Amino acid sequence: MTAGDVRAALVRAGRGVRWYLREWSGEARWDDHLRECAEHGHEPLTRREFERRRADAVERTPISRCC
Amino acid sequence: MSTTATRDDASGGGQPPGGAAGRRSSVRSVAIWVAVAAVGAVAWTVLALARGESISALWILFAALCSYAIAYRFYARFLTYRVLGTDDRRATPAERLHNGVDYDVTDRRVLFGHHFAAIAGAGPLVGPVLAAQMGYLPGTIWIVVGVIFAGAVQDLTVLFFSMRRNGKSLGQMVREEIGVVGGVAALIAVFAIMIIILAVLALIVVNALAESPWGVFSIALTIPIALFMGLYLRRLRPGRVLEATGIGVALLLLAIVGGGWIQDTGLGDALTLSKEWLVLALVVYGFVASVLPVWLLLTPRDYLSTFMKVGVIVLLALGLLISRPVLQAQAVTDFAREGTGPVFAGQLFPFVFITIACGALSGFHALISSGTTPKMVAKESQVRLIGYGGMLMESFVAISALIAACVIDQGLYFAMNSPAGATGGAVDTAATFVQGLGFDTSAQDLAAAAAAVQEPTLISRTGGAPTLAIGISQIFSDAFGGGLQAFWYHFAIMFEALFILTAVDAGTRVGRFMLQDSIGNVWKRFGDLSWRPANVIASAIVVGLWGSVLYIGVTDPLGGVNQLFPLFGIANQLLAAIALTLVTVLLIKHGKLRYAWVTGVPLVWDLVVTMTASWQKVFSDVPAIGYFAQAQRYRDAQDAGELLAPAQDQGQMDQVIFNSTLNGILQSFFAVLVLVVVANAVFVIARAIRAGGLPTTEEPPTPSELVEPAGLWATAEEKRALAEHDRLVGSGAGSRDGGRP
Repeated sequence: MTAGDVRAALVRAGRGVRWYLREWSGEARWDDHLRECAEHGHEPLTRREFERRRADAVERTPISRCC
Repeated sequence: MSTTATRDDASGGGQPPGGAAGRRSSVRSVAIWVAVAAVGAVAWTVLALARGESISALWILFAALCSYAIAYRFYARFLTYRVLGTDDRRATPAERLHNGVDYDVTDRRVLFGHHFAAIAGAGPLVGPVLAAQMGYLPGTIWIVVGVIFAGAVQDLTVLFFSMRRNGKSLGQMVREEIGVVGGVAALIAVFAIMIIILAVLALIVVNALAESPWGVFSIALTIPIALFMGLYLRRLRPGRVLEATGIGVALLLLAIVGGGWIQDTGLGDALTLSKEWLVLALVVYGFVASVLPVWLLLTPRDYLSTFMKVGVIVLLALGLLISRPVLQAQAVTDFAREGTGPVFAGQLFPFVFITIACGALSGFHALISSGTTPKMVAKESQVRLIGYGGMLMESFVAISALIAACVIDQGLYFAMNSPAGATGGAVDTAATFVQGLGFDTSAQDLAAAAAAVQEPTLISRTGGAPTLAIGISQIFSDAFGGGLQAFWYHFAIMFEALFILTAVDAGTRVGRFMLQDSIGNVWKRFGDLSWRPANVIASAIVVGLWGSVLYIGVTDPLGGVNQLFPLFGIANQLLAAIALTLVTVLLIKHGKLRYAWVTGVPLVWDLVVTMTASWQKVFSDVPAIGYFAQAQRYRDAQDAGELLAPAQDQGQMDQVIFNSTLNGILQSFFAVLVLVVVANAVFVIARAIRAGGLPTTEEPPTPSELVEPAGLWATAEEKRALAEHDRLVGSGAGSRDGGRP
């Protein structure tokens, strides 16, 4: 394995971790919104408004955390 | 794809991915699995046979990991494809009802993370620590065997059946599939059990923080840190969760270090709180957290606590591998046979099986496997990874906690975990008591152990959290060096308290929802979740209930953890009995009687354990075990005008009588509720067997248009299918999860 291979593997792993964390934390939902709007030709919400709506939805659902 | 609709569901004809090709075993895979089995067998043999020598704790780790791997590869596969008959041509509720809010197709690996974060809390950390009084072997066997055949099976099957019913909750499914009587009993049981669980969790925090200004300081700071994160995400930089969490974690570490600086100052004196003050603080906190908007406090705390949780678990696994500690505990102690252990009373059977609930079998998980998670599953066969795999992961956490408790000096272990009534609360009396138990220790040793982590004392720091923190600090300072034992101790305390508090505030909120929903049936307005007065009243009721149980536990002269932990464990296992009853009924209703043993056997085992334990706690005439015998003993002494240790006055005598009677009543009440559900289920089972199956509320199949891998790693075949799908549909639809690996 050359140094280039190692670097490529590390970059790939780093990208994977970043992807995972953004998906897990919900940050990636914003990207989904932008993409969906672009696909359907809608005007996207502002980030602030979008996040506020997501927070309001969480308000109505229980967050289950076990012992 | 239309074959899905005509498929006979009762045939259980699920196909593993790849069908016939997937079953062809390559030589390499056979070799790998033979090697895994061999390592596992060697590890178990060492644990079972080695006595009186120094045994590395890593044997426990390897025995567990190899067993998990085999169980996941073979048993979970059998359960998923043969017993449940998952069908990936069938659309899941996430696909059919997609609304981007609760129904949302989620990548399996991401959902695994969500599900694990939801099920894993303090339970798998605390139970094994307490059960270590019986030695390392009983706990290890129960955690591993229990998870493979009971706990993970419960989580998997509940997740599957709830997914087939659009993510219905456990209570709803019991009502619709078993009956109204069972449904009502289950609903009451779930609510009551949740109150007990919240109280016991809070009790663990109180015991860990009492008289510890360092701990109180760092935990208290988590509140302003969370508030800051909440405001940051709302006002400054909406949606930048990772950024906010990064700042939060950095501040959190600073708060732990800061605790060490302030503890000898005036602020430290001010933060040296008694247990009673901490109860008040927790109750006020729980109430406020339940009525505040979630974005301000709950959501950011949840991010913090999850990151800390995963971080510590990874560090602990690494630490164990690097430091390779030696087990100090015996394989099986005399307490296991005689039932006279100071940490909790009772013999190995049934008490080891209720003390270790989470990590082996936890009924609470049924509440998460039904409801939230099933609405996000992309493909049916992914329930194996999420339900079964998630629970294996929690079991691994329990094993790590057990190891941490078994590698510390056992004299210290018993000095920390015996109630103050037994140890006398001082180093010299505790040393005498522990020597009386047959362990080697001295007052100097106990004082030195406390000094090493900069705590005023470690005597009778019950509840499991401080013991685990000692174990973690020892493993971390051995593994990573630097003489940071005090820092690691408080780091561990903080991490446990942080996610117990997250469980307490989230639980209070769930309890509030349940209460509003139930009362909403008779008084409609009260069920409106956005009506402030109802929020406030329901929150106050829930907090008031667990707060009172917590107060009773904290002031109990016999030691709250000693008295309440059995109630907590039995309650959790009784909830599991309800869940296992439900899934057994469902298997039979679906005409899968021949597979009913997969949930039926753990159900019978769980009923035998919980009912024996309940019977002993209620009817035993040994005062240390039977709640009513305990009350009677103190009542007799009172009548004779005597004082019984550890009570120091008549008020405490009254307290013991009241608490023991109350615990006994609660214990009987829970057991009766579960028996009602089981009795109702027996009728349904009898009818279903006679009819060869009964109609259920399962949603009719709809063909799926999604292509998703089933397991953690996509197989070559699945990768081809994904690429093909993307090519046909076009890159747009296929890239919903933009750029995922």
